[in-house]
Amino acid sequence: MSSLAPSTTDLASRLDRQAPAVEVRDLRKTFNRRDRKAGRFARKRPWPALADVTFTIARGECVAILGQNGSGKSTLVRLLSTLLIGDGGEARIFGHDVDREASTIRRLVNRVSVEASFFKKMSAAENLSYAARFYGMTPRQTRVAVPEILGSVGFPPERRGESMEHLSRGMQQKVALARALLTSPVLLLLDEPTTGLDPRSKLEVQEFIREVRAEHDATILLCTHDMGEAETLADRVGILDRGRLLFLEPVADVKRRFGVQTLEQAFFAATGREFENEQTDEDDEYREVFA
Amino acid sequence: MSEYAVEMRNQLVGLFGIVERNVYLTKRYFLWDLAFMVWTIANTLTIVFIARAAGLSAAAENTLATKLLVGATIWAFLGIIFEFMTETVAWERWEGTIEYTFMAPLSRLVHLFGQGAFAVLYGLIRAAILFFAVAAFIGIHAPQANYDAAFALLALGSLSFIGVGIMTSVLPLISPEKGAQLGFVAQGVMLAVSGVYYQVSVMPEWMQWIAKISPATYVLRGDRASIVSGAGIAWADIWPLLIIAVLATPIGLAVFRVGERHAKKHGKLKRSG
Repeated sequence: MSSLAPSTTDLASRLDRQAPAVEVRDLRKTFNRRDRKAGRFARKRPWPALADVTFTIARGECVAILGQNGSGKSTLVRLLSTLLIGDGGEARIFGHDVDREASTIRRLVNRVSVEASFFKKMSAAENLSYAARFYGMTPRQTRVAVPEILGSVGFPPERRGESMEHLSRGMQQKVALARALLTSPVLLLLDEPTTGLDPRSKLEVQEFIREVRAEHDATILLCTHDMGEAETLADRVGILDRGRLLFLEPVADVKRRFGVQTLEQAFFAATGREFENEQTDEDDEYREVFA
Repeated sequence: MSEYAVEMRNQLVGLFGIVERNVYLTKRYFLWDLAFMVWTIANTLTIVFIARAAGLSAAAENTLATKLLVGATIWAFLGIIFEFMTETVAWERWEGTIEYTFMAPLSRLVHLFGQGAFAVLYGLIRAAILFFAVAAFIGIHAPQANYDAAFALLALGSLSFIGVGIMTSVLPLISPEKGAQLGFVAQGVMLAVSGVYYQVSVMPEWMQWIAKISPATYVLRGDRASIVSGAGIAWADIWPLLIIAVLATPIGLAVFRVGERHAKKHGKLKRSG
């Protein structure tokens, strides 16, 4: 898979090898949102999406942040990928500040979100080539790299030219993973990459994430609400609850700390609530700020 | 290669990527584009036929029809540039790709200029088809027309249009729901004050003052003179366009940066499809 990396981007020169892959200190983000139950004309109130979140991720580590919808996972991923500006605290990626050195960060990071997010009328190959141009990959390079990376995620060669709108969710998500890896990121942000996938596609994507870790020099931050996925893929697991990171430890330490058998039980012990009970939709919360 | 040279190369590849993407999309939406072209021709015919209804001599009718056609063609050209620029953000938000584009290591200038470059190419092709199709349909004679001068002035004016377009492209970033419509308001106002079908001198004085800062004023005036009378490019039309081009792009970019920062602070840089 190493041959897929864009030769034009010298990522190594941008890395501070002494610095942690991710270093987040007292990170805060608050949105103003309307209480839906109070009606359309109710005043907006501050809604803390992230409250003094602090953690570090070592280079090459895979860390899972667990949390329900609305817990702040996507906000954290957006902040780290320079799509949001925090209200306080700081976040550094390989020693670079995400706000002040955004252009450097953008060369180091890529992301896979719950929505595959492609130009629907364009094919998988066209979408990947388009994304690769932003990272300096020329048509000559993508003519080789795109079929190679699509092959590595198990994408059927005969469907490369088909519009994305004709592909299943599982297929689209594989193309999304291929897009992220095509640019050889040193930090991969996975925001619920398997949500909504059928069990087989889910396993395939998880297997591919394992391969990426094994063969790629990538650090992975996996945000998910799938506890099993977190347990199988991550070195350490944290729970983000209503914007607060309750802990970030190896799964065995979490279970020992709360004296429980499963992560679901640990969530209950840490928050006093069942993991499945809350149904807030994080996306809808964001859309409130559009009004 | 030095780090600076690598970065420059990467940005140029990125600019090519924006143009290439629009070529892919134009191919995929070809039938839609064809229908839009037919609509634009029909719309232009309704304007140019006014010359026939004016009851003028054959020569005067031909001159009026040519002037109206030049105005309608430039309106259509500008419309394309403003549509592409204003909807830079809106399209990506609708497609869901906005976050991936804005987190990519492409400078905003290159991103927006790439969009503008394709808009100019696409707009010029459409403008040429529109002009010659309607001229043939109505039977307009322009034996003196200096097409080279008209084309060169339009190309020069395009730099200013892209700069102004960058300013309007920020609107959907600030207001995802109403921004695109506000962009069309800006386009309409610019053309209304620029003498699209009439001389600027017929407007109230305050509108004439606004016309002075609109690049469309100089493109319309110069192109009309080139097509109707065969005039070359006049310096009086070039220098205002150059000044506007030099000022509009950095101002547009600065405005966009402020808008982007606002969107990032308030969580508006997000898909809505």
